[in-house]
Parts: sequence; C-alpha cells; structure tokens
Amino acid sequence: MEHALTKRPLIRRKTLDRIGLLFAALVMVSPVVLFFLWMISLSLKYEIDNGAYPPILIPENFAWSNYVQVFRENNFFLYFWNSVLVTGAATLLALIIGVPAGYGIARLKADKAAMVIMIARMTPGLSFLIPLFLLFQWLNLLGTLWPQIIIHLVVTVPIVVWIMIGYFETTPMELEEAASIDGATPWQVFRLVALPIAKPGIVVAFILALIFSWNNFVFGIVLASRTTRTLPVAVYNMLSFEQVSWGPLAAAALIVTLPVLVLTLFAQKQIVAGLTAGAVKGG
Amino acid sequence: MASVSIETARTETGNKRSKPSRLAPNYWPFVVPALIVIGAVIVFPWVFTLWMSVNSWTLGQEQTFAGLDNYIRLATDFRFWESLWHTLIFTVLAVVAPLFLGTLAALIFDAQFPGRGFLRGVFVMPMMATPVAIALVWTMMYHPQLGVLNYLLSLVGIGPQEWIYNRYSVIPSLVLVETWQWTPLIMLIVLGGLAALPREPYESAEIDGANAWQKFRYLTLPMIAPFLMIGVIIRSIDAIKSFDIIYAMTQGGPGTASETINIYLYNTAFAYYDIGYGSAMAVVFFVIIVALSFLLMMVRARTNWSDMETR
Repeated sequence: MEHALTKRPLIRRKTLDRIGLLFAALVMVSPVVLFFLWMISLSLKYEIDNGAYPPILIPENFAWSNYVQVFRENNFFLYFWNSVLVTGAATLLALIIGVPAGYGIARLKADKAAMVIMIARMTPGLSFLIPLFLLFQWLNLLGTLWPQIIIHLVVTVPIVVWIMIGYFETTPMELEEAASIDGATPWQVFRLVALPIAKPGIVVAFILALIFSWNNFVFGIVLASRTTRTLPVAVYNMLSFEQVSWGPLAAAALIVTLPVLVLTLFAQKQIVAGLTAGAVKGG
Repeated sequence: MASVSIETARTETGNKRSKPSRLAPNYWPFVVPALIVIGAVIVFPWVFTLWMSVNSWTLGQEQTFAGLDNYIRLATDFRFWESLWHTLIFTVLAVVAPLFLGTLAALIFDAQFPGRGFLRGVFVMPMMATPVAIALVWTMMYHPQLGVLNYLLSLVGIGPQEWIYNRYSVIPSLVLVETWQWTPLIMLIVLGGLAALPREPYESAEIDGANAWQKFRYLTLPMIAPFLMIGVIIRSIDAIKSFDIIYAMTQGGPGTASETINIYLYNTAFAYYDIGYGSAMAVVFFVIIVALSFLLMMVRARTNWSDMETR
C-alpha cells in the first residue's frame, strides 16, 4: 500500500518529463526538418506555385519535370561523374597514404608530425589554391580532373591521418609486439595485425574524407573548367549564368547534397565518433 | 635529426605501455609517402605563398621583387581593415550563437526520451550537407518578396526584412545560416562531455535541495567547461575561414558589406589576379588564425589548471 502511493506519482512525473523532453527536442530539430521540407517543396513546384503568396507547401501538381530539366539541360550526368571521380580518387589515395602514416606517427609518438596536420587544418584553403593553381597551370594540367584530385588531398589526407593517429593510439600494442618477436617484419605486423583491428577507424576516416571532399566548393570554382566541374560548382553556376527559376535550382541543390544526407543517416554512429574524436574539417 | 626528435618525444610523453626496446621496429617507411604528399600539397604552398608575398606580380605581367611593399600596402588598405572588421563580427556571432544553442541541444539530447537516436540523427544533418546547396535554398528563403521567411514573420506580425540584401542585416543573416549548419558540432562535443560526468555530485546536490538551474550552473557548467572550450576553438577556426556560404549567397555584398578577409583574398587573387598582394594577404590571414588558435589553447590550458587547483 505504502509502496503504491509513493511509486505512482514518481512514474507519472517521469512520463511527463519524457514528454517534455521530447517536445523540447522536436522544437530544437524543427528548423532542420522545416528547411529540408521546404527544399523538397521548392524542387517539386512549378514557377507559378513557387511565386505564390502566401507560399504553398504542398502543390496540387508535382513538377517532377524540374529534375528532368536539371539533368537534360545542365550536363548534370557529367558533373555527377566528375564529382564521383574526384572524391573517389582523393579519398582512396588519402586512405592508401594516410592509414600507414597514422600508424607510423602513432607508434613513433611523433607529436611534431601531428602538429603539422593541425596547422594544415588551420590554414585557409585559399592559401593552398594560389600556389597550386600556378603549379597546375605551369604543368599544363588545367582542363583535366587531376588538379582537383590532387588539391582535394589537402582536405582528405589530414582527415585520414588525424583520425588514424587517434585510432592506432588506442589499439593494444601487445599483439604487435608478440608478432614482431615471432619474426614478422614491420610491414607484416601492420598488414596482418594492426590493420584488421583498425577497420572501424578506417571506416570513420573514409566516410568523413568522402563527405568533406564531396562538399568542397572553393577548389572547384578556381580549378574547374566547363567540362571538369564537380557538382557543387555546377549548382553554383546554374545560379549565376541563367535566368534562374527556383524549381530546377532547388532540385539541383537537392541532387548535390542528397548522397551526403543519405550517408549521414546511415552512418550516423561513425560520423559522430569521427567528429568528436578529431572534429576535422578541411578546406 | 629525426631520430633525436623521436627520442625526445618518447621521453617527454613517457612511454608507459611498451618498454623502450632496442629492437623497436622502424616505422618511418610508413610515414614517408604521406610526408611527400604533405610536402607537395601543403608545405610547398606555404613556402611559395611566403615567397610570392614579397613579390609584385599580377598574372600576365612582369614579376618583380617587391620586399615588404605588399605588406605596407595591406596596412594602409581601407578595404582590408574593413574586411577584418567584418570577419571579427561574423566570427564572434558565429561562435557564440552555436555555442549557446549547441549546449542547450546537448542538455536535451543527453536525457532519455522516445525517438532520441533518430532525432539526434536528423539534427546532425545540416553539418554534413553540402554548403553551396544549403546556401542556394537559404537565398531563396531570404528573398524579400517571394521568400518564405518574410511570410513566416508576417504571421507573427513582424514586417518584411531585407536579410542579405541590406548592408546592416547581411552579416547576421549569414550568421543565421552558419548557426543552423554548425550548432550540431557543438552539440556533439558537449554531448561527449556530458556523457563523462560523474553521478555522485548530483546525488549529493539533490539531497541538499539544489534546483535544476543550480545543478547546471554549479556542477554541469564547470565540469563541461573544457569541452565548451574545445568547441570554441574549433568553431572559431572554421568561422573565421568561412567561405562557401558567404561567397554563394552574397559574394561579399551588398557592396562590400559582408566581405570577410577570405572573400577579399579570393577576389584579389582570382578576380584581379593580383597574386603577390593576395599572397601577402594569405600570409597575414594565416598568422591571424594561428595566433587566435594559440591564444584560445592557452586560455584552455589555464582553465584546466585553475580547475585542478580549486578542487
């Protein structure tokens, strides 16, 4: 009897607390949800609906043609492919170079090497752009995708190295020591012992490098020509060089960022882990 | 040279886990490829920029050694000082606003309630979204006649604003976008701090009858202060360098009302092709960022130290 009396209000208060928290969280999240809803809405409306006052959230007729138009009139297949090539190559190269480097730096305890990475992160992307732009011009590489692949390494390599240093510092040394006492070469120890344990860390590094390379804009506006544009540059160019209608523009914006948003939802755990570990953002 | 620095690093960090052994494997081959790449795409640009900054060179014209001329020109360039001021305002606002909101969000998402994981996932999305794409949609929302934001304001009885089209409201409007995008980062960092908090002080505070605000003010806030400081450092470095959103939405306009150092630097180097002057600006900008970072890190080190003393 006494039990029931004290427990009931407690449970009710807890439920109330939870509902209150849920409400607070919904308020917090609402600017995000409303923004993306509005983005989708803009991309699915005809000009008349996008110009209507008061604004219309859900139109009577969906303008799927906006998406068709983006791909048909703006070479978006080519730019999508360019983005895939630049981001793919820059991320893979960064993993090939950066994972062993993170391992080496962690084992050497080379704090100064880590310092260089940290300062590289502080450097504004534009100050890499001036010298490398001149170098690429001199090497006659402008007009190909190579300048962008190479300069995206400025973004991806520090991310991978930084995350991998952090990861290898936490993996146990005992197995590696046992392997090297058994006569394994350092390379074998790395490939057969350290690397398999580090897989989760590599996934984190891969995802973050991929996202920040995909999103990069500043390198592209300087280095890309008409045929070598990546998606962020292409969508920006739609704004500046055409009589813009909002529908196709919003559709293009959504196409650019959709792959990243989907990845964010699916790999939330890895992204959170990576960002709280190093909080590295390039460019 | 290299081995000396490793030895000092090793003795400094006090290698606890593995005994320092003579048969320690050679790890340098792992690092060399990355060193070459970093040398080519990061260190070479640093050196080259430094060299260009003491030259006078506009693309397509003769290159001449200019000594400190570019730096002197910079010191007397009104537009540069103006951009410095814009950068300062933008950075302070774009650090403070996410810091408040991010901490608030972290306090909410640290508690237990249904749908927490999913909502947190949604909340993190802006941070990962492509900045240019985001900027375009915000530009449409800020449109003075057709934008949805002025409509929403009219619902609560506020008159139409000019947002990014007015020289006084342009920077706050850009900060709003930046805040929308980067509040989640602060939330994640603070959330990490909250997860590590001990239970006991809260239990004794409850026995002493402390209310929620007192518990936050005297227990939570001091204990998560180091995490807030990390958030301030990272956010400051990112905000001061912010480019994509400003460039895509205003290109520094109207006039030069939202031209930050980074935008002015871009215009100098890639619109006017004044490479020498742009390089000098890049050097000064770099020095400002590094100085700011070290200043903040010093503050952070001192905070930790005084924390330990009072305990």
